[in-house]
Amino acid sequence: MAVFSLIIINKAGGLVYQREFQPGLRKLSTNDYLVLAGTFHGVHAITRSITPKLPLVATTTNPPIAPTTATTPTPNVTSPSSTSTPTPSSSSSTYTYPNPGIPATGLECLETDKFRLTCFQTLTGTKFLLFTEPTMVNIDVVMKKIYELYADFVMKNPFYQLEMPVRCESFDRNLQGWLRGRT
Amino acid sequence: MSSATKASRIGEELWKTRVDKVNAELVTLTYGTIVAQLCQDYDGNYQEVNKQLEKMGYNIGMRLIEDFLAKSNVGRCANFRETADMISKVGFRIFLNIAPTVTNWTSDNNQFSLIFDENPLADFVELPDDGRAQDELWFSNILCGVLRGALEMVQMQIEAHFVSDVLRGDDTTEMRVSLVRYIEDEMPPDEE
Repeated sequence: MAVFSLIIINKAGGLVYQREFQPGLRKLSTNDYLVLAGTFHGVHAITRSITPKLPLVATTTNPPIAPTTATTPTPNVTSPSSTSTPTPSSSSSTYTYPNPGIPATGLECLETDKFRLTCFQTLTGTKFLLFTEPTMVNIDVVMKKIYELYADFVMKNPFYQLEMPVRCESFDRNLQGWLRGRT
Repeated sequence: MSSATKASRIGEELWKTRVDKVNAELVTLTYGTIVAQLCQDYDGNYQEVNKQLEKMGYNIGMRLIEDFLAKSNVGRCANFRETADMISKVGFRIFLNIAPTVTNWTSDNNQFSLIFDENPLADFVELPDDGRAQDELWFSNILCGVLRGALEMVQMQIEAHFVSDVLRGDDTTEMRVSLVRYIEDEMPPDEE
């Protein structure tokens, strides 16, 4: 088995779950895990914000990005395709991501000689951090399964409070069982 | 391939392969019991019942969205039109096996209607004839809350309400959904 451990970080950067999957794996202190979660959350946001941006060509078609001024829903009677006209007043809107159809993501993978940290952020902002051996393949399959188990055993547990630490025994059991079954 | 056809295909595929089915009567009776109990608890104050149903739906939606995302594996929608197709053709399809029609777009693409040709929640239902339920109770109001909760989790603030219901004697069951704003996630982009 090549999966070392899993950390789940909520959308506010708080640690909500941490488990090792190798017997006897050295643990960090609870405080260290909290710091790790918070730090990673920050670094993740930074990596996203430093995504290189290209200058927006004046004649380009509108990137499908939400109008940032949508807080005041002004009656817009223009044609459907011109909902997000870049306003020249704001400097940020004169730049665009390469390939604007795909939103910028943050840090997804971090690798050393001894381990690989893969981060999967769901559209709702929850982050799953998986520590594996650097040689492990098909991490996305493992990640997807973990997300499904999370959706089932955590989110569908009516007594689980959103954004709070995950203490769901059936989640633990199913996760461990599934990971063990893979080897 | 249009986003509607793409969404239909995803919904169809998921419904066939990934969804556990449950007896429809169980759903109808469970939901009916909840609404009836609320009407009793709030002593026929239907405005309050609508509100409670919406709130319950909101809490469901916030959880259900994770299941939706984990199962469907879809990425972020490029615009609100695509979102509408996803709601109708994937969301409603996998959770209720219906695909309400998306229509009546406003010109700014921020508001649309969902027309429900069928509604499993309301099978066998007749509203009480106390002279007020017909005008005040939105029986399926939980659905409005589900949409609001689910979309809020993916950074969209919306407002949803029913404008007509066959249970009230209207010709169609129609829900109006309006995008209020996209919620800017995480920290605001700092200057420089």
